[in-house]
Amino acid sequence: MASIPEAPKFIGVPIKRRDDPRLIQGRARYVDDFQLPGTLHMAFARSPYGHAAIRGVDLSKARAAPGVVAAYAGADLAGKIGPVPVAGLVPDARVPVQPVLAGGRALFAGEPVAAVVARTRYQARDAADLVEVDYQALDAVVDLEKALAPAAPRVHAQFEDNVAFRWAIAGGDIEAGLRAADVVIKQKIANPRVVPLALEPRGVLAHYLPGEDKMTIWSSTQVPHKLRTLLAQQIGMAENRIRVIAPEVGGGFGSKLNVYREEALAAYVTRELGRPVKWIESRGENFLATIHGRGQLGEAEMGLRRDGTITALRYNVLADCGAYYQLLTVAIFTLTGLMLPGPYKIPHIEMKVTGVFTHKMATDAYRGAGRPEATYILERMLDLAALELGMDPAEIRRKNFPAKAEFPYATSAGLTYDSGDYHAALDKALQKAGYPEMRRQQAEARRQGRCLGVGLSTYVEICGMGPSAALGGQGWESARVRVEPTGKVTVFSGASPHGQGQETSFAQIAADAFGIAVEDVEVIHGDTDVVPYGVGTFGSRGTVVGGSAVVFARDKVRDKMARFAAMRFEADAADIAFAGGKVFVRSAPEKSAPFARIAQMAYDAIQLPPGTEPGLEETHFFEPPNFTFPFGTHVVLVEVDPQTGEVKILRYVAVDDVGNMINPLLVRGQIHGGIAQGAGQALEEEVIYGGGGQPLNATLMHYALPKAHQLPRFELDHTTTPTSVNPLGAKGVGEAGTIGSTPAVVNAVLDALAPFGVHHLDMPLRPEKIWRAVSRARKGGPA
Amino acid sequence: MIPAPFGYKRPGTLAEALALLREHGEDARLLSGGHSLLPLLKARLARPGVLIDIARIPGLSGITETAGGLRIGALTTHHEVEASPLVREACPLLAEAAGRIGDVQVRNRGTIGGSAAHADPASDYPAALLALEAALVASSPDGTRSIPAAGFFTGPYESALKPGEILTAVEVPSPPRGSGEAYLKAAQQASGFAVCGVAALVVPGPGGTIASARVGVTGVAAPAYRARKTEEALAGKPASPDALRRAAALAAEGVEPLDDFYASADFRRQLARVYAERALAEALRRAKG
Repeated sequence: MASIPEAPKFIGVPIKRRDDPRLIQGRARYVDDFQLPGTLHMAFARSPYGHAAIRGVDLSKARAAPGVVAAYAGADLAGKIGPVPVAGLVPDARVPVQPVLAGGRALFAGEPVAAVVARTRYQARDAADLVEVDYQALDAVVDLEKALAPAAPRVHAQFEDNVAFRWAIAGGDIEAGLRAADVVIKQKIANPRVVPLALEPRGVLAHYLPGEDKMTIWSSTQVPHKLRTLLAQQIGMAENRIRVIAPEVGGGFGSKLNVYREEALAAYVTRELGRPVKWIESRGENFLATIHGRGQLGEAEMGLRRDGTITALRYNVLADCGAYYQLLTVAIFTLTGLMLPGPYKIPHIEMKVTGVFTHKMATDAYRGAGRPEATYILERMLDLAALELGMDPAEIRRKNFPAKAEFPYATSAGLTYDSGDYHAALDKALQKAGYPEMRRQQAEARRQGRCLGVGLSTYVEICGMGPSAALGGQGWESARVRVEPTGKVTVFSGASPHGQGQETSFAQIAADAFGIAVEDVEVIHGDTDVVPYGVGTFGSRGTVVGGSAVVFARDKVRDKMARFAAMRFEADAADIAFAGGKVFVRSAPEKSAPFARIAQMAYDAIQLPPGTEPGLEETHFFEPPNFTFPFGTHVVLVEVDPQTGEVKILRYVAVDDVGNMINPLLVRGQIHGGIAQGAGQALEEEVIYGGGGQPLNATLMHYALPKAHQLPRFELDHTTTPTSVNPLGAKGVGEAGTIGSTPAVVNAVLDALAPFGVHHLDMPLRPEKIWRAVSRARKGGPA
Repeated sequence: MIPAPFGYKRPGTLAEALALLREHGEDARLLSGGHSLLPLLKARLARPGVLIDIARIPGLSGITETAGGLRIGALTTHHEVEASPLVREACPLLAEAAGRIGDVQVRNRGTIGGSAAHADPASDYPAALLALEAALVASSPDGTRSIPAAGFFTGPYESALKPGEILTAVEVPSPPRGSGEAYLKAAQQASGFAVCGVAALVVPGPGGTIASARVGVTGVAAPAYRARKTEEALAGKPASPDALRRAAALAAEGVEPLDDFYASADFRRQLARVYAERALAEALRRAKG
């Protein structure tokens, strides 16, 4: 008597990423690794000024340079390429038209003014230096507050001032909420511009085949289908004649969730010249002409009762848009509003955003995208409130959490958090950190004249983006699953992972349902000719939405396969099970066949009854009914050297609740990277502009990324509160680390500085800033 | 990040290299490890017509003992200096400074001669070379001369090397018997270069005093300098924490600190004082140990 095979399960198992060997061995193929015969290379002459009138562009020397095939200035392209696409606008937003090459004025340093196309990359670069542009430097608008002064230079002459848009969100009655408060804490808080800095810069290779009237575009993008649809419109070519391939993509962090000028230009030029055209962004260009993140300067006002209960939160903020919008520039700021209540019961909220045009590159999505900004405001304000009220930072947070029984919880920003247990994550993190002992250690250190600080951040995120109603109609994701005739399984995903590891986790999802080995599942993504129309990877949606699509597509195929097996075994389809590489009848396990045998049968129509549709391939578009809401608590211990301003992170404890984990190893990796990136913003990162609008630190020699030796061993744990929004119960983890860590690190540093009476400093908390604050406090005596 | 076009020559001997340097004059730049020069080329901040690659010339690399100390070939990498048992034994200060340069990749390629000749005011070696009273050996078709470190670093990216000269070796005298040494540094968070690097060498005297001290400071001003006022304030004084603090307070006296977006002149002064105090204390601790 045969027994029911043991069913190995892959979901929940920390399998190593299958893409790691090729990445580590240098065998991965990025855009620049694709070499087509006859490829032409494109290089740009970019504005060295934040703001300048362009009185003339002389391309004659560039055109005469060795190897040059073509050169373009803005005027050469007028009417030939549409403006850079924008989406996610708010009502009455002023929308400047972003040309592919600057016309009469350059509006940010790094704006492309002319393009040169040559036979080699070196020739293109040399020729770009020969482009002669007659610039007249003009006053630049850099500072957000000064940008709104009546006399400020206007970024766009057609608008009467530098206001880009105004948007507000309110819940409850803010004035009543503030009146009900015993204390009102006010603080001006900045969230400076940072650079996403994907390790692989952007790049595009466009190849038009005149004979077929078809174009293939390899692009380092997070959104291949979106790129195809929008580019088709921009260059006036039928969408179904364009194939976009996102090959290996070396990180995005939101910066490749966009359609950029260079992509449109490459697509235009290959069609005009009939030869492949490649542009690979240099690191210098990446600093200047790829979107920046964050960029908020606001004033927050929090009302509380004496016992620490929050009554109201108001946030008035200036939002740094840059000179032009990229795809989601405006939308990102509205996410801050949706996230404003965070994990707390705040009955009355109000956020008013004023979008500001500046002479800078656009801001757009950067890991967390609008949500870290909200968390940062909340977590800073709560620490200030705790100080004012003489409460422990952990207690004031606990006091304001909704209880587990209160979920689903409707926030004053209009969202419904489906599930949550914030107390559990806080308690677990405090226990893991040994919080009371940490405080004792801090007190002892203070007695010795050392400055230790403990920082907390409790957060919730809006992830799994998201319901289509909130994403301009495209919050779904697609997947197709095919069982091949040999029993191998291929998953085609509309998501476009670029480092997240879903080649592994999607294989885990598929393997479990078919009872086969994870190695027998292949995952294909990032090719618009191959995978179903997809939305892409951003907003912690890859697994949550894309993985859920795999679940549904997989189950459709399995159901069909079960029907075929039922025919063969003369059993009921509901009685068919898949495990151990076999398909069998659950109630009579001796009736079984290898998985591959049933797969083969499905493609051999002679073996199927007449009228049966052969094949094993199904597609599903999954529409999530809501966002997901991961949450957690991060606890950080730092030591600050008051004489040098240097900060050392001594311990980092994070308890995150991302729901069910498909692959805990990938989850840990995401949290590690996120914490590092968030800590980088807290301590080091900021784009610094000179008065003329030129970034002063636009190189890796000057712009500091966090490095491994600056970070301690992370002490991670989790709670598991699944979501009911999707069949996996997964909530997403791509952004958790960044959202939790920035405020936790800043709070820790300011906790260390509290004895000096220093209670708020804006990021980044670089050594000199800390030293100056301490020196000032010492001169003025204790505050 | 593509350099402007340049010619490339790879001489097989020092004589050939000197001849090429004479032939091409100011249009030529010497290439050894390339870790200072290549970033400049890629950013097109330097556009030499010819690169003379001296990296494989025999005899310009390696560490040997001499009568008075060590001789370190100009092409010796930072890692070789850092890891050399000879250097660690005879002048640990230099090994310590070498170990604080950049990262492993940089230390595996960058050379002591290249770094010294480039004379970046934020590089690590100058502080140690000054405190060790090292000499830099330059060759030209006319012969060889030895330049004391104190006279070698003349300004930001400026040294006492004359046109046509090639730096061939660094001579490091053995530190005084019984001395303690330390190199401490505040690194620029992005580049790892010194915002302030202090190399201290302390010779204890009888009865808990300091016989003499030497303090080299890099990153604070251009060029790197000896903090003579600090040294003078320590000579013959009791080795007390107060004395160290008072002397270290003079570490940026008489210099005009660099001032940039990362660190103001005031902050650099502060770092010089704090790091001088800590480096002196550590050097003293090691001397006693």
